Amino acid sequence: MHGFANPARFLRMARWLMPLMLVPGLILAFGALAWGVFMVPPDRLMGQTVRILFIHVPSAWLGMAGWSTIAIASLVELVWRHPLAGIAARAAAVPGAAFTAICLATGSIWARPTWGTWWVWDGRLTSFLILLFLYFGYIALAGAAQRDAAAGEGASRVTAIFGLVGAVNIPIINRSVVWWNSLHQPPSITAGKSSIDGTFLWPLLIAAIGFTLIFGGVVIARMRMLLADIQTEARLRRKAMA
Amino acid sequence: MNTMIKPKHQRLVLIILALIALIGAGLLAAYALSRQAAYFYLPSELAAKPPEAGRAVRLGGMVEKGSIKTMPDGVTINFMVKDDKARVPVRFSGITPDLFVEGSGVVAEGRMEGTTFVADNLLAKHDEKYVPREMKNMSTEQAKAVIAETK
Repeated sequence: MHGFANPARFLRMARWLMPLMLVPGLILAFGALAWGVFMVPPDRLMGQTVRILFIHVPSAWLGMAGWSTIAIASLVELVWRHPLAGIAARAAAVPGAAFTAICLATGSIWARPTWGTWWVWDGRLTSFLILLFLYFGYIALAGAAQRDAAAGEGASRVTAIFGLVGAVNIPIINRSVVWWNSLHQPPSITAGKSSIDGTFLWPLLIAAIGFTLIFGGVVIARMRMLLADIQTEARLRRKAMA
Repeated sequence: MNTMIKPKHQRLVLIILALIALIGAGLLAAYALSRQAAYFYLPSELAAKPPEAGRAVRLGGMVEKGSIKTMPDGVTINFMVKDDKARVPVRFSGITPDLFVEGSGVVAEGRMEGTTFVADNLLAKHDEKYVPREMKNMSTEQAKAVIAETK
């Protein structure tokens, strides 16, 4: 794994890995959305509104996968002091927050015609809103740590610890519909079983793969950007010294 | 003293211990919240421990099949909300959500008046199944045939 610790080697790999993820990701995601919007029949109860499924569920998955990425990368940063791990964690924050916001917005739009309300404070919705606020906190903290680079590694370590602590919310989101009575329905897809008919399940899986590839491509693009930032900073500092 | 431990292993052990403590704290908090964080009461919970009259509560359960009755005024409906142990009569005046149907889930916001739950608002709670309209009464083989035809 420390083979990737060398930023130059990572950057060489990122140059072709990024389009390799973004291009198929965009094709799969928008293909699956078109399939879901134009070709899938209406649901027995919800009718046409079932089409929101194909963007709501992948963004929910990526909102949670985004924080899981932050938590794992933070662990690697804290324990193994891997130089790219902190960069990867910070790179995942903005796309993760974006997907979380998309999930909340589409869920709210979906809830109005199906449940009869835009928002309720049940366990699932509340814990997912907390996830969005955790992202905002993380982004602010990472930004402050970067500006305060003179303070040394300590500031970056605080960000990583926040990333790990915030991961406690992920299993709570997952279990919220099981532990507590909630308006949100229980999970449709559990280990090896699905209550979603194949007509809906296939475009949903393809949309999930597509959006995940987009997420991965954006994370790599943001890692390149953060590394370029650090290089410029270092170069400017050397110039100022000379 | 054990001076042979590498710093990174020490950090790993420390972080794992901290994570175990944190997850334990989270689980304890979730357990303590298990009653307060519930969004609604089930009919059996309402029957076992009725809230004082007039206090705003939510009641959630299944709308009993064949129980929805429209009153002569045209906007008031009476129906039964049940779980596997108890059933509670509910009265509601107003517009119901589209997914409010017999045999499906409902969350009613309101208060107990005597033995009847008077609802100010109804929310539909659907299940986790997603099935196309045309196929809901078909067997798997029939459904497959229909999908094959549309291709």
